[in-house]
Amino acid sequence: MIEPALEQTKAAEAPAKPKRPKAKSMEMIGEQTKALFESAMLAKERGEKVGWSASIFPQELAETLGLVVLYPENHSAGIAARHQADPFLQECEGPLGYSNDLCAYAKVNLAYATVLAGDSEVELPDGGKMVRPDFLLLTNNICNQLTKWYENLAKQLNIPVFFIDTCYNPWDYVTETRVRYVRAQIDQLIHDLCEFVGKQWNEERFRQIMKVSQRNSYLWERANNLMDHKPAPLSGFELFNYMSCMVCNRGKESTTAILEQLNAEIEKHIADGTSTYPVKEEYRVSWDGIACWPYLRHNLHTLKEYGINMVASSYGKAWAIEYDDLDGMARAYCFASTNGDNATTMIDRRMEALKRFDCEGTIYHVNRSCKVMDCQMMEVQRQLSEQASVPFTSFDGDQADYRNYSEAQFETRIQGLVEVMKQNREAKQNG
Amino acid sequence: MADIMQAIALLQNACANPKAQMNQYIAAGKSVVGCFPPYTPEELVYASGMIPMGLWGGQSELKLAKSYLPAFACPIMQSNMEFTLNGVYQKLSAVIIPTLCDTLRCMTQNWRFGVKEIPMIPLVYPQNRKSPASVDYLISEYEHVLVMLTTITGNMMTEKALSAAIDVYNEHNAVMREFSSIANQHLDVITPKIRHAVFKSAFFYDKKEHAAIVRELTEGLKQMPEFAFQGKKVVLTGILCEPDGVLDVFEENGVAVVADDLAQENRQIRTDTPTHGGGALKRLALQWNARHGCSMIHEDGKPRGPMLVKMCKDNHADGVVNCLMKFCDPEEYDQPYFEADLRQAGLLCLTVEIDTQNTSYEQIRTRVQTFCEMI
Repeated sequence: MIEPALEQTKAAEAPAKPKRPKAKSMEMIGEQTKALFESAMLAKERGEKVGWSASIFPQELAETLGLVVLYPENHSAGIAARHQADPFLQECEGPLGYSNDLCAYAKVNLAYATVLAGDSEVELPDGGKMVRPDFLLLTNNICNQLTKWYENLAKQLNIPVFFIDTCYNPWDYVTETRVRYVRAQIDQLIHDLCEFVGKQWNEERFRQIMKVSQRNSYLWERANNLMDHKPAPLSGFELFNYMSCMVCNRGKESTTAILEQLNAEIEKHIADGTSTYPVKEEYRVSWDGIACWPYLRHNLHTLKEYGINMVASSYGKAWAIEYDDLDGMARAYCFASTNGDNATTMIDRRMEALKRFDCEGTIYHVNRSCKVMDCQMMEVQRQLSEQASVPFTSFDGDQADYRNYSEAQFETRIQGLVEVMKQNREAKQNG
Repeated sequence: MADIMQAIALLQNACANPKAQMNQYIAAGKSVVGCFPPYTPEELVYASGMIPMGLWGGQSELKLAKSYLPAFACPIMQSNMEFTLNGVYQKLSAVIIPTLCDTLRCMTQNWRFGVKEIPMIPLVYPQNRKSPASVDYLISEYEHVLVMLTTITGNMMTEKALSAAIDVYNEHNAVMREFSSIANQHLDVITPKIRHAVFKSAFFYDKKEHAAIVRELTEGLKQMPEFAFQGKKVVLTGILCEPDGVLDVFEENGVAVVADDLAQENRQIRTDTPTHGGGALKRLALQWNARHGCSMIHEDGKPRGPMLVKMCKDNHADGVVNCLMKFCDPEEYDQPYFEADLRQAGLLCLTVEIDTQNTSYEQIRTRVQTFCEMI
């Protein structure tokens, strides 16, 4: 998600103003992303096996084995943000015969994979840097659709799926029987994956990777938490730019370097009383749901008009995954994404964020691609709004399908939210 | 023939008025537990001395459900939410919701907060069935269901009762499979609508009673001379094929249903629980691992296409009607693959969108007519 977001952030800046120099951490993340795709190309050239992975799969396992793994969700988001999704969506819903009801990340990726398989003529705007995979790494902690999507990829490309079923959590905690089931699958997966790629598991290396991953999770969470300063040191959407290092490179030291740099930059902003948010921060809000990548620029522009900074997101922090052994890993990956957790957990986490970041409103993205986020959103909105006494608005959008968004609706909804936030503030000031 | 028609009328009445069935069991002192689609361990409810009843939606004007679900949620969940908020389910002692799709995951939470008067029992089936650990995990989920059932209703099962319940369900499966086979020799009597009622009514009966009625029906059919059906024969696939208006369109066009792969019908009865291999709970968990060809259960290799081809061949069907439930993503992911497999086997496949809220069938009528011409 790094490249599109960088582009969008640039575009979001007012043309009249002098260009703000790119932060060093942003340059580093660009290099890291480039290096990942290059290493995938080189690995293929060397005849090594390259994988595609679900975004909240225990990336540390592949990292321990030194495998290059790419991330379809991340890649589809990039295509969507660069406004290149259309031919893939058309291909998927046309010749490939898929319903337009499906997740747009999946639709873009399934069409892309068809090109890689030589069964479609759609031009690849990135020259095919998302190289054809030899295996798939799957978890369903994000949603059940991923399971079906990967079933289809495996059949289409005739490759194996290595699957960890992380089980939905209807309870407020991960039951021990889930931990045992998931742990057994991790053990089996390590065995099967080693056999498939012809590599040996190295416990010592795994411990090192785990340490790196833990350090990165800590730094990521810390960077997110520093947004509690007023005014926030960053324009909140910028944090989406850094997600690729947590999604794709969580177990790498290059990520540690990027996040240390990011933390240092944020601290400097705090010390200097500056912010990358381009206008005066009038309102602080939380954002619920995945970014609306095709319209990130419009989202930013609209929010900026009212001085609204998105200081808390429910979504980026899903990658701050903490554990210190394989059992802990099993538990942590079952509980990472609030998509896989019950409404109580979801509400608690959002409540904590609203308080910590002192948000005056919440914006809910009714993401047409994501039923698991949308089908309990109304209940979450009701409860959260009541508990936190914070108003909310929602808008219809999509994480990758540009057809499911109305600029006018977004603008009207934000205008409405601002009016309520303003009234609330006045009422508070007047006692 | 009179007995046959009587049995059919009984089953059709149960489908037309499930509430009367529920009230009848409750009046007889039984507790009734609602079971969400597509699969729940009904045997656990049955073994605890209660009646499991299927909750597969139905036609209703959606009003209250709109406070919980977006317009693009599956129509079954929409109507289940509407029905419960309207008090239709108020006499249920509990409901069991399996989280087999993303909408079902959310339904556990919508029910939990929106329907406080009917306790909800969530059930998370394992999807990585190749993992041996999935069996122990599922046993623990079943035990959770049992503890909640006991806490809510005071009814507790025994090992003996569960073994007996499994026998009842296996026997019911066998009776339904035999009916399905014999029905194909009497497609003049067993129209698509009647076939559907015979299957669907199983959700509103004690399975022992249902098996007895269907057995009698099958025996009656066996006494009749075989009917040489001259129309088109199809296999249905999907979640369900409702409302009855859709099935009427088949009948109008001389189309008979000779087999199905519907979650509401054949998928319910095609996998028996093993009779050996451990305690009853373990055997029930092994049944889950033996289920095959269902969009809601992860399997490698997209096996549904070859399965449908075989069903067509075994039942001399001319093609498949894909009853694609509106907004059902698991089914939508399977569609391109089984359609391609059917094409390759020289079989036609017609996809019709199923919306249980539908009241107009003109579009389906035109499509079925064209399909028949193509056959």
